[in-house]
Amino acid sequence: MKKVFERPKSMYPVSTHYCPGCGHGIVHRLIAETIDELGILERTVGVAPVGCSVLLYNYLNCDMYEAAHGRAPAIATGCKRVHPELVVFTYQGDGDLASIGTAEIIHAAARGEKITTIFINNAIYGMTGGQMAPTTLIGQKTTTSPFGRTSKDTGYPLRVSEILATIDGAAYVERVAVNDPKNVMRAKKAIKKAFKTQMKDLGFSLVEVLSQCPTPWRMSPRDAIKWVEEKMMPYYPLGEFKSPKREG
Amino acid sequence: MGKKTLMTGNEAIAEAAVQAGCRHFFGYPITPQSEIPEYLSKRFPEVGGCFLQAESEIASIYMVFGAAGAGARVMTSSSSPGISLMQEGISYISAAELPCVIVNVMRGGPGLGGIQPSQSDYFQATKGGGHGDYHVLVLAPSTVQEAADLMMEAFDLADKYRNPVMILGDGFLGQMIEPVEFKHMSSTDRPARDWTITGAKGRAQNVVKSLYLKPDVLEQHNLGLHRKYQKMIKNERRVEAYLTEDAQIIIVAFGMAARIAKTAIKILREKDIKAGLVRPITLFPFPYQTLERVAEKVDNLLVVEMNLGQMIEDVKLGVCGKAEVHFYGRVGGMVPNYDEIVADVEKIVKESR
Ligand SMILES: Cc1ncc(C[n+]2csc(CCOP(=O)(O)OP(=O)(O)O)c2C)c(N)n1
Ligand code: SF4
Repeated sequence: MKKVFERPKSMYPVSTHYCPGCGHGIVHRLIAETIDELGILERTVGVAPVGCSVLLYNYLNCDMYEAAHGRAPAIATGCKRVHPELVVFTYQGDGDLASIGTAEIIHAAARGEKITTIFINNAIYGMTGGQMAPTTLIGQKTTTSPFGRTSKDTGYPLRVSEILATIDGAAYVERVAVNDPKNVMRAKKAIKKAFKTQMKDLGFSLVEVLSQCPTPWRMSPRDAIKWVEEKMMPYYPLGEFKSPKREG
Repeated sequence: MGKKTLMTGNEAIAEAAVQAGCRHFFGYPITPQSEIPEYLSKRFPEVGGCFLQAESEIASIYMVFGAAGAGARVMTSSSSPGISLMQEGISYISAAELPCVIVNVMRGGPGLGGIQPSQSDYFQATKGGGHGDYHVLVLAPSTVQEAADLMMEAFDLADKYRNPVMILGDGFLGQMIEPVEFKHMSSTDRPARDWTITGAKGRAQNVVKSLYLKPDVLEQHNLGLHRKYQKMIKNERRVEAYLTEDAQIIIVAFGMAARIAKTAIKILREKDIKAGLVRPITLFPFPYQTLERVAEKVDNLLVVEMNLGQMIEDVKLGVCGKAEVHFYGRVGGMVPNYDEIVADVEKIVKESR
């Protein structure tokens, strides 16, 4: 009988520490499948962020760095400049990438650094217990916006993909979601395309993933999926914002 | 090589890095050290090196983290405000035990301060600087030649201990022109580095990290680092003793301040005051034992610094109450004057008679 569900070789046979219904585990798996399918496990390097996914190296078995909060793109840059033959990716949350690490991500893109970033947008700071993120939606309640985020006091949520797409050095930018099987398939395709963009030396690539974070959202996993669809997707439209110029 | 050339301290530091086999530089411009990145941006293409001007000192130090983790000989250079920005990264690099060289060409602070020479980052350099219980190895050259020599050695020391090494100079040293000769590196062989990030080919995964969530494991990690610092203390203390044998008073100074002190000592000796100099070359590890020894032979020491009294705390620890410790310092980019040092010493000698 043909096996239809197998653990990717690039993943350790362990269960993750994530909350039930969390998007991180799904995205880890998509990255592992991509690494397997491209046959690049022996030359892939990941950079884990500070955030819920700091222990990414306990799940993926490629070589990895653990970054400081927001600095993953700088570390990836240092690694890639030493070993241009390696495939280097960062994995970052929205606090990590869109708040404390905005300078590093913008400039990695501006330099056209040949790295790939998987950006998990869950509209909140998961690890520290649900504080407001730069991606928190207007009206969204968090532990530091207990009455709902207002634009008057805290401005507007950042659309990272749209911003990065304006930068010439960014070769490929797409926003995806992992709310249903169809979108998970699309997310996988995007991640693979991002890795390939790097492997063809076309420039910087980023895949933004709208991701469920049920615990600090104070929702059931099922409601969290609905919230992604009804609240996040209208503000953060899915789609390709920048397409690689030369595709082989 | 083997020939003397005239160079500024900054250029000599940069060329020494090239001679030592360093091929990766990440940094951000700041006076008075910009000649280092400028020199390397020209020089690296000749030797196949990678020069990258980062978006900030924060990014610079994490690029160093990435390159060091990937096994490269790597450096950054900056001046005081930029080094402050790097402190988080230096803590992470120390925790992950990565070898790298950091040059601080100090200027006056605090805050934006000024662009003139200073030694006011002594505390920051020698006592950790960032968060957590760690040390970087700190080397303080006082001539252009010594800057070149120590710079070359810094890379080997960084490899030997898997630890950041800091070259602590000042704006003077950086701008000063002196003849310099680059010593021959007998070998650029480096210790085996089976921990580096190279892609997990034919081996298990390598992880460069600093997180240890279990307190007992983190304690063991800290104790391991501590043992390493003890080894540095045992093996790497360096100090120059100048005319200390017959001295009745000892001046203690490092870097540029020590040069000025030497001039003062010559004048004092012409006046029949036997002054000598103890010049710490390693600031961490600090040569406490040397000070303990000289304190047994003299009644007075004068610490001269381009700050308002930082190294003096370590001098006092070494002297341990066995002699009187006096202080002379100038700050803000003002330079200690040898006449004032002479006058201070004369006063101390007179009062102690
Ligand atoms: C310099 C620094 N500041 C703050 C923190 C605390 N901190 C850890 S994770 C985090 C936010 C993580 O949120 P996000 O990036 O959105 O990732 P998530 O946990 O939601 O996946 C913060 C603020 C830290 N570790 N370092
Ligand atoms: S807090 Fe959110 S991101 Fe963190 S594990 Fe739970 S669901 Fe996932």
